Amino acid sequence: MQEKRRRRLERIAWELRGDIVAMVANAKSGHCGGPLGLAEVFSVLYFHSMRHDAKKPLWRERDRLYLSNGHVCAVLYAALARSGYFPPEELLSFRKLGSRLQGHPHRNERIGIETTAGMLGQGLSVSVGAALAARLDKSKRRVYCVASDGECQEGSTWEAAMAASNYNLSNLTLLIDYNNVQISGHVSEVMRLEPFAAKWKAFGWNVLEARGNDVESVAQAIEKAKLEKSRPTAIICRTTLGKGVSFMEDNPEWHGKPPDAEQARRALEEISERLEKL
Amino acid sequence: MKLNSKFTEKKATRDGLGDGLLELGRNPKVVVLCADLEESTKTKAFKQKHPKRFFEAGVAEMNLVGMAAGLALDGYIPFATTFAVFGTGLAYGTVRQSVAINKANVKLACTHAGVTVGEDGETHQMLEDVSLMTGLGITTVVPCDYLEAKRATIAAASWPGSLYLRFGREKTPIITDASTPFKIGEAEIFRDGSDIAIIANGIEVFQALEAAKILKTKGVSARVINCHTLPLDEKTVLKAARACGAIVTAEEHSIHGGLGSTVSRLLAEKAPTPTEFVGTRSFGESGTASQLMERHGLTAPYIARVAALAESRK
Ligand SMILES: Cc1ncc(C[n+]2csc(CCOP(=O)(O)OP(=O)(O)O)c2C)c(N)n1
Ligand SMILES: [Mg+2]
Repeated sequence: MQEKRRRRLERIAWELRGDIVAMVANAKSGHCGGPLGLAEVFSVLYFHSMRHDAKKPLWRERDRLYLSNGHVCAVLYAALARSGYFPPEELLSFRKLGSRLQGHPHRNERIGIETTAGMLGQGLSVSVGAALAARLDKSKRRVYCVASDGECQEGSTWEAAMAASNYNLSNLTLLIDYNNVQISGHVSEVMRLEPFAAKWKAFGWNVLEARGNDVESVAQAIEKAKLEKSRPTAIICRTTLGKGVSFMEDNPEWHGKPPDAEQARRALEEISERLEKL
Repeated sequence: MKLNSKFTEKKATRDGLGDGLLELGRNPKVVVLCADLEESTKTKAFKQKHPKRFFEAGVAEMNLVGMAAGLALDGYIPFATTFAVFGTGLAYGTVRQSVAINKANVKLACTHAGVTVGEDGETHQMLEDVSLMTGLGITTVVPCDYLEAKRATIAAASWPGSLYLRFGREKTPIITDASTPFKIGEAEIFRDGSDIAIIANGIEVFQALEAAKILKTKGVSARVINCHTLPLDEKTVLKAARACGAIVTAEEHSIHGGLGSTVSRLLAEKAPTPTEFVGTRSFGESGTASQLMERHGLTAPYIARVAALAESRK
């Protein structure tokens, strides 16, 4: 990746972080830990890897992103706003009455929200259906699914994993937010997923690992997935929950808690310091 | 009303699903999804004719419904098929979020509804599905016989939005013919009458027609309405309530949240009318279909008795 491009993607990721903290603080509710950890993944998807056009949201050949772990939607909304799907001011309507930016995503393709999510463990199934549709259409469009480590405890995730592999859906890429955090604590202590990569391999997937907070590592993995010819690809993105806000990092308490005014000020300060250095 | 008055030929409504799908095969947007039940749900013929548009989910009903939602979001018309207890019960959360809230054009077509599943017993006899699906605002169609089941399946493909289609396992009399009107959303008066109206769906429509014959011998004139769709055709129901002054509802489903509950809510709001309910009041059990119809009070003589009760409350 060119240095210039890498720096641009990094910059966008940190801008998304600023949006996320502002949105959740303004709403006085919602999740910022997961979204902060996913900033690089969304920067790469929306500003590098995916073929899409905010001016033509219903373009049939657009790549699709189905967000399965709906609670991290702040990062999706921020990425959509910065891509031009709706004005950035609208981000402050997040979680408010009448908003298109619901507490968990409500499908609205016109602004780039491809599916409803909130009840965990469904996005991969929907993505499998969409990947089958792309194949029936003989289309080259790709289907991306973002899911969390926590929701890999849902049986339905593995039903979908089995089907994706059974149908050799090489047009499907799953990015797993492996932050090792869920509500009750660290995933490794609540309900162990390891050996995680081996599970996906055993289900017949092409498995790649990426440093999830490194734009280059994420982008490389996504490009590699595009070369795979016969299997779906799972990219295990090792991320840090709350990345970029020192007091939130890797702390399960920040799964779903809004920062108060003082905490938000400190968080935004840390984020803008980083932005200045970029 | 033009009916097939002989009632001699019997066929299961699930065969109507299979034959309807076969006819729909001409539409390249129609796809069928199955959860390891292609024989029972009668989808095998479609699979053989259109293997590329048939998707096996395996024993994985949440994924069956989720995949159907994904196909629907990209413009296909998926029929997700399985038993009613799995499609609406086990996969309820997926139907709720990925189909109903998502407004995905999924046709959830489930067989083996009701006690007439028979020997397989209570775990397989789904009696709460209509309540679950209508609670989600999903239009629900319960065809009265094989032919109507086939026509409902064909009509479902062009219905704008998700649908729940409910079919049975057991062979039941064919009571309609090609000239019987059928339109999703419109109830039909299958027999006119003025003393009491029996509002039924599914296989209870046949039982209601038989009950009307019994009532006639007692000098009671019963109107029989085939109310195959929920939400209700309110006009037809209110007209019957006002003309007859007493109502019986009949369904092979729990009395909680199905046809009877829906009718009585409408009547309570707009035309309070003495109403009695024929439907199940407990889980099923093993037995033959007809034994279970008897045990759960779903047969014509029982409907006639309950009708007399409603009439006496006028
Ligand atoms: C089916 C379902 N069960 C439970 C929940 C409640 N819930 C929301 S987030 C969450 C934790 C999931 O872990 P993960 O997605 O890894 O959390 P994060 O890393 O974003 O903190 C739970 C249990 C839910 N939304 N859906
Ligand atoms: Mg997690």
